[in-house]
Amino acid sequence: MTNRQLFIAFWTILVKEIRRFTRIWAQTLLPPAITMTLYFIIFGNLIGSRIGQMGGFNYMEFIVPGLIMMSVITNSYGNVVSSFYSTKFQRHIEELLVSPTPNWIILAGYVLGGSVRGLLVGLMVTLLSMFFTELQIHNIWVIASIVFLTAILFSLGGFINAVYANSFDHISIIPTFVLTPLTYLGGVFYSISLLPEFWQNVSLINPILYMVNTFRYGILGVSDIDIGVAYGIIIGVIIILFSYSMHLLNTGKGIRS
Amino acid sequence: MTTALSITDLRKVYDNGFEALKGISFDVQEGDFFALLGPNGAGKSTTLGIVSSLVNKTSGQVRVFGHDLDKDASKAKCKLGVVPQEFNFNMFEKVADILITQAGYYGIPAGEAKQRCEFYLRKLGLWEKRNEPSRNLSGGMKRRLMIARALMHEPSLLILDEPTAGVDIELRRSMWAFLKEINAEGTTIILTTHYLEEAESLCRNIGIIDQGVIVKNTSMRNLLQQLNTESFIMDISPVQNKCPVIEDYQVTMEGDHTLLVEVEKSQSLNPVFAQLSEQGVEVTSMRNKSNRLEELFVSLVDKTLDESAEGGQSND
Repeated sequence: MTNRQLFIAFWTILVKEIRRFTRIWAQTLLPPAITMTLYFIIFGNLIGSRIGQMGGFNYMEFIVPGLIMMSVITNSYGNVVSSFYSTKFQRHIEELLVSPTPNWIILAGYVLGGSVRGLLVGLMVTLLSMFFTELQIHNIWVIASIVFLTAILFSLGGFINAVYANSFDHISIIPTFVLTPLTYLGGVFYSISLLPEFWQNVSLINPILYMVNTFRYGILGVSDIDIGVAYGIIIGVIIILFSYSMHLLNTGKGIRS
Repeated sequence: MTTALSITDLRKVYDNGFEALKGISFDVQEGDFFALLGPNGAGKSTTLGIVSSLVNKTSGQVRVFGHDLDKDASKAKCKLGVVPQEFNFNMFEKVADILITQAGYYGIPAGEAKQRCEFYLRKLGLWEKRNEPSRNLSGGMKRRLMIARALMHEPSLLILDEPTAGVDIELRRSMWAFLKEINAEGTTIILTTHYLEEAESLCRNIGIIDQGVIVKNTSMRNLLQQLNTESFIMDISPVQNKCPVIEDYQVTMEGDHTLLVEVEKSQSLNPVFAQLSEQGVEVTSMRNKSNRLEELFVSLVDKTLDESAEGGQSND
């Protein structure tokens, strides 16, 4: 295929993915907006006013970056895992497998599709947060880069989950039992400096902590961890997940007999 | 003549140890209408699955118009269109979107894809349904949608895995006419079917696969010539209470008005008419029994079952 044909194939997958989640907006875009509004009201306004300062900021300001990242993470992951699994389940993955579209284009299309949903929901939550607090911008480049890298990373994670899934139960196990606990324990609602030293060290093996803190740094200029280390870890994990996803596609795991 | 599909020593062993293909080889020439027949579980769908890149082969080589499916997958896949046995499109997408998306996977720009979409939907009688979600189509329409989808990139080789399964006779005949038309225009077609009448009517060459080996690979004409006897159905009058006797011929009554006469290759039909005439029986019409291929197919497959331990392969 020529470069133009490759781009058309990639664009086709991307547009198909965007069309899918916008067609079912009541399932994909509305719920995170409602959930995050409730978080802002309950944790930020009602409980937050009694908590006082966290990391030098009022509680609402502190949790907003974490909640934006939480919505980016869950929606990027959720989009690819459900879309690619449905594609497998309904067997229309075969449309792609018989075509000359190379595996890396298939992966890029699905991952970017998931990232677009994650970023769109992140933007919606950001706009909603502005009704509750005055949003600061400490470093726009850090904000843009970390949110994009996070969306890519969790889209790749969702893809791998979808490849291994053999039932609809399997696509909810990782989000429920792994992703949600890691997100809640990833410094969304608190600074890890509040934890005893042992639990601070345990928290450092949670990759979501690095994403949330880097994003918080971009907005508020404060972080529990070193930003350079965070970028290194996130990019490293993306490379590993991308390589593994390509291996799964090339060997046909879960999609070819 | 160019070889459209060349399969060499193709072998497939599934993870559970089942050997679905035991090193099959056959070629399909450009422009051919080729039938790949076999009983359920013979290896037809595995073979077509490997050619379509939906099944990983264990060993062997597949070439599509000279392009190796391993080394030059992109060019090989561009030449190939696949109509699978089971519906495999997104049931929530609109008919036209399915076709345009499929064209996109082949790098066809949207404008051209829309033109081709209209052309093939009109050709297959689905244009009025273009904005319907595909799940709303009838079974026959879904089959036609899969054919239209497979043609969007205008492949030189079209593979159809039981395209008329569950389709009513009228629609089946219109699909046959369409397939004949695109074959006449130069598209090589490989067909699997359980309707042997379909294979006999459409295909020029035939491969019969059983238990993972090719038991016959020859022209339809050669294969049919191997029949020692031919069956004729004769409509007769007046109504007969008992079966007329025709010396040296095997005759059975198929109904009050119908006789089934078995005629060996060495025999003439004249004595049949003469003897019936002597008995006051008039033949009002006569036709071949249409399941000649079925008889051969059953005999070949039965033979393979008997010889399965040997695993032989014949190519005429």
